[in-house]
Amino acid sequence: MDSERVVELLNKSLGAKIKEISAPNPRRVYVTLDPADIVECARTVHKELGCRFNIASGMQMQRDFEVLYHFAFEDDTPAGVVATLRVHLDEKAPSVESISHVVPAAEWIEREMRELLGIEFRNHPDMRRLLLAEDWPAEVYPLRRGKPWEGKIEKKL
Amino acid sequence: MGRKDREETVSDNKERIKSIVPIGPYHPLQEEPELFRLHVEGEKVVDVDVDIGWNHRGIEKLAESRSWDQVTFLVERICGICSNSHPLAYVQAVEDCAGVQVPERALYIRTIVAELERLHSHLLWIGLAGHFLGYNTVFMWGWKYREPVLDIFEEITGNRNHYAMMKPGGVRRDVDPEYFPHIRKQLDEIEKQITMVKGAVLDDPVLHARLKGVGVLTREKAIEYAAVGPVSRASGVPSDIRRNHPYAAYDRVEWQVITCESGDVFDKAVVRILECFETIKIIRQCLDNIPNGEIDARLKEVPPGEGIGVAEAPRGEVFHYVRSDGTNLPIRHKVRAPTYMNLPTCKATVVGQSITDATIILAAIDPCYCCTERISVIDADTHKQVMTGRDLVRLSQEKTLRLRKGLGL
Repeated sequence: MDSERVVELLNKSLGAKIKEISAPNPRRVYVTLDPADIVECARTVHKELGCRFNIASGMQMQRDFEVLYHFAFEDDTPAGVVATLRVHLDEKAPSVESISHVVPAAEWIEREMRELLGIEFRNHPDMRRLLLAEDWPAEVYPLRRGKPWEGKIEKKL
Repeated sequence: MGRKDREETVSDNKERIKSIVPIGPYHPLQEEPELFRLHVEGEKVVDVDVDIGWNHRGIEKLAESRSWDQVTFLVERICGICSNSHPLAYVQAVEDCAGVQVPERALYIRTIVAELERLHSHLLWIGLAGHFLGYNTVFMWGWKYREPVLDIFEEITGNRNHYAMMKPGGVRRDVDPEYFPHIRKQLDEIEKQITMVKGAVLDDPVLHARLKGVGVLTREKAIEYAAVGPVSRASGVPSDIRRNHPYAAYDRVEWQVITCESGDVFDKAVVRILECFETIKIIRQCLDNIPNGEIDARLKEVPPGEGIGVAEAPRGEVFHYVRSDGTNLPIRHKVRAPTYMNLPTCKATVVGQSITDATIILAAIDPCYCCTERISVIDADTHKQVMTGRDLVRLSQEKTLRLRKGLGL
């Protein structure tokens, strides 16, 4: 399997939902999708194409937020491809449907992205904090860019 | 929601749940504290809740303020045991982004260091698993036979830990062939010793009785949780990054992916022990076939773009993603360690098992989790400590002893 074959597979199964697809080298594929389609596409890639979910990376760019869902195409041949599904989210109120219902392994990373970047994952089954402490102030997201937070944490005894 | 709310959800179930057994959160011997809340009814575990983030160091954020070269040293500090896997995955992500070809000799050196790391990490786990079960001889063996591996590290990298060998575009220093005969001799010795441990562990009827059918992770669950490394291979999923996404020199040497079928603690041990032999095989071939030449592609700058690097750490796949805007700092660096995927599988493996088996099941995923001195059993109503970590290890060891007597040994 190489990226050409993966591009072909993805074009066939995701069809018109693909906004942009590129394969910079034989081991990597990047697909841009509309945020509204992500659950359906994740289901297809994970369940029908049998890909292993690697992880998701969230990041704040200059004008928007990006969430990248990395999936590994693996078969018995020694040539796996990492395919990345990318969605762009609104800068003011980043929000996207959770994929945890179709990809249970994504549960933790969505919790992590919410608390570190402030991206809302709608309909997540268990949206508790994962990494940050209990007394960490709400609405302060450590991985966001911009002005550092200047408030004070009240010490509870 | 904070941790308080979690306690409330727990208390909603108060009629059913008799006690909570907290395991963690602080373990002085491990690099990542974590807290397991075992909800138990009598001896049986009915639910488990994992709580992480006790020692979150913000390495992803720190990486955004370090140059490409400095990040290599930063990610090396993520884990002391896997201190080669993270830099290896990271430099591969940078190379993926920059599109550079790494010289052959560097690929072989990377393979040697990565496999030596697997060898010492697996031996360390064998020792710890032995201790949990009351096989303190196995503990002493495992750690004693690990020492020569660390000596080899010192010879070829200059350090017993934190080898600082990886570098975007190649490796930082060359390996002197003068040391090869000595390494070969040491490997022969280690192979003999592991063969002995293999016989002692895998043919022991008590261990069969103690570990078979305990903490089973089925193939379906392993795929659902996207488990990686020895945990998934013990459940029959032949997922090995070295085979599926070849990097370094793994596609240039002969070796086997070890898999087992049943996914219990015994199979997880089998996979790790048998992998040690494959590892020795790989190192020998690398020493025999290592080509001469450059060790560094001399990467000058990283162009704008993005790159992904994956590597098989002793515990499973390490995943690194970097985004570059053409400056000398990454604008985003995502790190995913293998335990992040393997830890949630404890929901499938621990629930329904007895508390005497919980320590070994949790230890079977090798979660960089070694000190159980901090485990204590606390009565949920009175908050009184009823058992300490030592008691739990003793419980686990006593069960082994009972089995041994029952078998007439």
